[in-house]
Amino acid sequence: MDVSYAAVDSPFGSLLAASTERGLVRLAFPEEDVDTVLERLATRLSPRIVEAPAAPQPVLRELDEYFSGQRREFEIDLDWSLIGPFGRRVLQVTSEIPYGGVLSYSEVAAEAGSPRGSRAAGNALGSNPIPIVIPCHRVLRTGGSLGGYGGGLDRKRWLLELEGALTPRLDPSR
Amino acid sequence: MSRALPPFQRFLDSERDVVWRFLVASVGRSEADDCFQETFISALRAYPRLRSDSNLRAWVLTIAHRKALDAHRGRARRALPVAEPAAVQNDATTSMPEHDGELWDAVGELPERQRSAVTLRFMADLPHREIAAAIGCSEDAARRSLHEGLAKLRKAVTA
Repeated sequence: MDVSYAAVDSPFGSLLAASTERGLVRLAFPEEDVDTVLERLATRLSPRIVEAPAAPQPVLRELDEYFSGQRREFEIDLDWSLIGPFGRRVLQVTSEIPYGGVLSYSEVAAEAGSPRGSRAAGNALGSNPIPIVIPCHRVLRTGGSLGGYGGGLDRKRWLLELEGALTPRLDPSR
Repeated sequence: MSRALPPFQRFLDSERDVVWRFLVASVGRSEADDCFQETFISALRAYPRLRSDSNLRAWVLTIAHRKALDAHRGRARRALPVAEPAAVQNDATTSMPEHDGELWDAVGELPERQRSAVTLRFMADLPHREIAAAIGCSEDAARRSLHEGLAKLRKAVTA
């Protein structure tokens, strides 16, 4: 088949991980309706989508290691097919933000060469199909407030605390 | 407005029961499993080439029908009777509604086209046009085969 998908257990609940032969192509939070996610994959990639008994071993293992604080960098192969050219530049810059580090939306926009500025970069980040692995959670507003996050701000804060970019007493979110 | 093709898994989930029941009626339980696997493997291969407005149920039943014919021909070469009461479990989950062994035997003894028409009608509720497409004949021929098949069944069961 062209796309396989399976549920992955996580501290956030059950994530849906979809993979092609190129790599992980989609990681969806529990609130996202599975049928909607699958239908989008069918339309944009291929309708040949089959449920697998489990996600690929490396995906399971690395996510597990990341959530337990043992892993700082993902080595799994990613499939960037769902990301358009502008998104690619933005998310490429984002991928290079190190564990525990952060950048602001306007810094990401500048690095990505975005003439349209930080709002466009913010939209591209919001459309990230592979959150957590492509670390859009490491992008904050200038001044340090959290900004937005597809998986909800609580999770963004959780991830940043896991990575040590935020500590509770310095939590700048309003 | 054109509908996109559903994800294959969803298509499989919604058609598997109908295909299974059709194959059990066509080839019996012991061969239905292999035919089922082969049907959906063929379907998976061909799936992306489908037009989004295709009738997916009729399409997959056409494939299942071909696999059932292959199984019958295989069986004929091995010189076994088509309806083997011992091989067919009269299982509530796989029976036609008013199913009984006698009816099942009679279906098994119908000529191929009539048997196909009858099982596609009662397993899958297909209208004549789609039965015709599945069997590969004209709509009139499908109508006649269904009619003649049912007449033979009535005769066989009330004899």
